[in-house]
Amino acid sequence: MSSFLIHPLTLRLVSVVIAFGTWEYLGRIPISPAFPTFLETMSALWGMLMDGSMISVYPATFQPLLIGLIISSILGIACGVFMGLNHKAEWFGAPVFIVLQSAPLAALIPLLTFAYGIGLTSKIITVCIMSMPVIVLNAYTAVRHTPTSMIEMGESYLGSRRQIIMKIIIPAASPIIYAGLRLGAAMGFIGAILAELLITPTGIGDLITYNQSIAEYDKMYAAIFSIMVFAVLFIEILERTEYIFFRPDKRVTQ
Amino acid sequence: MSAAAETVSDNAQQIAVEVDNVTKIYPGGVEALNDMTIHFPKGELTSLLGPSGCGKTTLLKIIAGLLKPTAGKVKVNGVDVTGPGKERAFVFQDFALMPWASVIRNAAFGLELQGMNKSEREAIAEKYIDIVGLKGYENLYPHELSGGMRQRVGLARALAVNAEVLLMDEPFSAVDEQTRRKFQEDILEVVDDEQKTFIFVTHSIEEAVYVSQSIALLLPRPSRVSEIIRPDIRRDISPDAIRRDPVYLDIVERIWQGLRTYVE
Repeated sequence: MSSFLIHPLTLRLVSVVIAFGTWEYLGRIPISPAFPTFLETMSALWGMLMDGSMISVYPATFQPLLIGLIISSILGIACGVFMGLNHKAEWFGAPVFIVLQSAPLAALIPLLTFAYGIGLTSKIITVCIMSMPVIVLNAYTAVRHTPTSMIEMGESYLGSRRQIIMKIIIPAASPIIYAGLRLGAAMGFIGAILAELLITPTGIGDLITYNQSIAEYDKMYAAIFSIMVFAVLFIEILERTEYIFFRPDKRVTQ
Repeated sequence: MSAAAETVSDNAQQIAVEVDNVTKIYPGGVEALNDMTIHFPKGELTSLLGPSGCGKTTLLKIIAGLLKPTAGKVKVNGVDVTGPGKERAFVFQDFALMPWASVIRNAAFGLELQGMNKSEREAIAEKYIDIVGLKGYENLYPHELSGGMRQRVGLARALAVNAEVLLMDEPFSAVDEQTRRKFQEDILEVVDDEQKTFIFVTHSIEEAVYVSQSIALLLPRPSRVSEIIRPDIRRDISPDAIRRDPVYLDIVERIWQGLRTYVE
């Protein structure tokens, strides 16, 4: 019985129940007329899923999001790994990304609209500038922290530079690279929604602003809830791919 | 008798590794080795023993080709060392196993880097995993093994590439005492069976006397070879008898008397 109570799955379920229960309670007080209860939100979500109004808007959100995330993952990991391996690249690149990471990027969006218009390009760039710095900086730190003895091992067994990078440095760095990817993906979701709220209302961002403007708060929260669910699922899948491709040892009980 | 035996063995013995007038100054000016000359006979286990700061690990890494000497030369089988080579294999103090790779992949990794195909290299690795006593553990990951077992994987990896010279950098220092003793007994068997040259860095006097055919006593500031000791202890008796053997205990005591002034 006690092992059932401390089972990870039980604990996760309990945490979810507490969060949603609190939401329901606060909604029922109510703390604000603009704050629907959990159950109202869920029924609105169900309604929107059934009448297709939610599913039809997602492609518009996912297009810039996925393109942006793919670009920032590939480019970001490449930049980060290169900066980790090469001191000149580090001196050149690290300050740029450190500044980008701490800058209020939402403030740059009007500038992007000015330069690239209100189309897809601006939205993709928004996703990229949100997600890339953390991916780059994590990849760079990870590569920099490869254990010295493991690199010496590769050298003493006559590994070429390429073999040492591909067979030792990248797998050794993969947990931190993946931590960066997960954070980057979360930032990318924020970027995609931000772009839809600030550039042109399309996709899920449109659903949020529209329902807010007509005071259908349950639908507005349902839209927000749905994007959060997607973000969590996406990040979970990302974690699985790490175990499959780079760290089979983590699938074995720790 | 021992004098005559030594001459005979010296004449018959070839030199596997020559270190001639090697100086190493690290960037920043720290002098780790100063004009050191030492020769390692073929087919024997030679220990580098000394207090910390005497440059024993630096010397080993220079022989491995992982560090470049500031001055002087290292030759292996008469050929100048310019970097790591096929005839040398390294066993690391912290094991340097890849946590994402199974025991067999780790043991076969030297061969993998040489480009040998998978079935061939795994057959060889399996043989050495058996020799180091890890049969049945091939598909486990390093985090599932104890410290001593991990170092056995490190040893299997070094044996698998079939190098003539094995360089061991304090291989047992991260291993608990009981495991360490068993490991020392096993290494004697490996030395007998494999006919390789072992250079073994340690800071344990007992370990050096127990496993070595000769011990190079290094002293710090300035780092130098103070003495070469051949602990001609009996090998035909049991490990426990050796550890109680007066000859063994006398050599341990003699080395300690020589070193104690250098230990703060």
